[in-house]
Amino acid sequence: MLLQSTTKVSESVESSESLTGRHAIVLKNLGFRRNGLLLFDGLSEQFSAGETTCILGVSGVGKSSLLRVIAGLLPDPEFGSACDEDGRSLRGRIAYMAQDDLLLPWANVFRNVTLGCRLRGDDIDDDNARELIQLVGLAEHVEALPHTLSGGMRQRVALARTLMEKRPIALLDEPFSALDALTRYQLQSLVAELFRGRTVVIVTHDPVEALRLGHSIRVMYGRPALLSEPMRLGGQPPRDPTAPKVASLQRELLNRLGISPAEV
Amino acid sequence: MQPFRLRKITIKTIARGLVTITVFIVLWELIIWGTSIPHYLLPGPMEVLRAWGKWSEVILQHASVTLLEIVLGLIIGTMVGIVSATIIAQVRAARRWLLPVLVVSQAIPVFAIAPLLVMWLGYGIASKIAMAALIIYFPVTASFLDGLRRTDPGWLDLVQIMTSKTSGNSWAALRLVRVPAAMPSLASGIRVAAAVAPIGAVVGEWVGSGAGLGYLMLHSNARTQIDVMFAALVTLAVIAVALYFTVDWLMRHLVAWQSDTFS
Repeated sequence: MLLQSTTKVSESVESSESLTGRHAIVLKNLGFRRNGLLLFDGLSEQFSAGETTCILGVSGVGKSSLLRVIAGLLPDPEFGSACDEDGRSLRGRIAYMAQDDLLLPWANVFRNVTLGCRLRGDDIDDDNARELIQLVGLAEHVEALPHTLSGGMRQRVALARTLMEKRPIALLDEPFSALDALTRYQLQSLVAELFRGRTVVIVTHDPVEALRLGHSIRVMYGRPALLSEPMRLGGQPPRDPTAPKVASLQRELLNRLGISPAEV
Repeated sequence: MQPFRLRKITIKTIARGLVTITVFIVLWELIIWGTSIPHYLLPGPMEVLRAWGKWSEVILQHASVTLLEIVLGLIIGTMVGIVSATIIAQVRAARRWLLPVLVVSQAIPVFAIAPLLVMWLGYGIASKIAMAALIIYFPVTASFLDGLRRTDPGWLDLVQIMTSKTSGNSWAALRLVRVPAAMPSLASGIRVAAAVAPIGAVVGEWVGSGAGLGYLMLHSNARTQIDVMFAALVTLAVIAVALYFTVDWLMRHLVAWQSDTFS
């Protein structure tokens, strides 16, 4: 099923060039304070267009806040801004997915996936919605209500909803941390395939997830927090986490996170 | 107001209720039999039943008037409450100017203005409908408003990103997200309303009317037909309970998506 979806999606991604254009994320001197605590300050970074950047860090370091500032959900970052490489606002180009699937419990899968279109009053591309629902493996559950689905299935619906937005930038905030290991693994593969070519930022506290999905990994650390230099990973995600090369990268990553080999 | 809610109705709950009522009736009969309370103060259950049989036509006729008042009051009060809550939730100026008035207005006992309503709207059913609508207006408005204001912030974030607006407060968001999300709160409010609406109607009838169970009770009280008064009272209780369970059933279907596993 996954292989099938792979070919199909790469076609649809290639056909929509607007999703893969100049959509880097540029942070200019970004700062944010929460409850009087300076979470990060003077962040000037760039997340490359068309690539997946994984931001790895311990809980509470400010990863989610950074993502929310980029998404424009925290209207008052103390200073600085996030824009693309041409200095244009990112508004209207972002799709967002959180750890909580945020499905509307009264709406069936189809209506959840098409929520964005309905909110904007756009015409609903029925075929496209059904195709995406099929891609995430829920063709038989188009009419199902969320509470009848498992956690993994619900997150698949959220994934289809995120894709339905047809935005060139995707911000994923620990999208799979509430799922069991196997489901997480499946969904990671799906994300790697379905978002290929778009600018994706994934916030996670799971080094293995970062290694599977990222073209590059940034570690967020300290207070106010900084981002490490990008750790570039070769090859195309999704990577096999058991490959020897990935395992050695994981060792390096844990070193960067400040965990010595003795602790591992 | 604390929303209250009975557990799901099953054969068992109904059976338990019947047992309790039977025990109550037996106790009542025993008290009549064992003490010397005069019959014009407390008639026995059998006497009430006999009165009901004798006067059933009159009682049912008055009951239909009261039922109409309650149901219309419930519908009107609920609709006005829903509209008010929506406006208060959505329009900032309304929130600032109307909300304090709404809260303070609750300090005025609705019973105190019943004579006024009768004077303005007459002895017919209009004043009773107004009374019932008025008494349920606040619980409905308050609960729906509460629901509208407590939309999951995650959903509002999603709406904000999807619509590229600076807030998730648009009318589309209201229709597609916030109103459906507030339905369980509204359902609690309407349940409370169904329980108190009969009070409004009957109080209205006591103040001045020519029909309805409240009128019948006053009338039979004046003529010391205590058994008829009790028969009317029992009828009112049956109407109130039936109404509550009907509304509860409707509300359960309205928020059927809110399964027991959903939190």
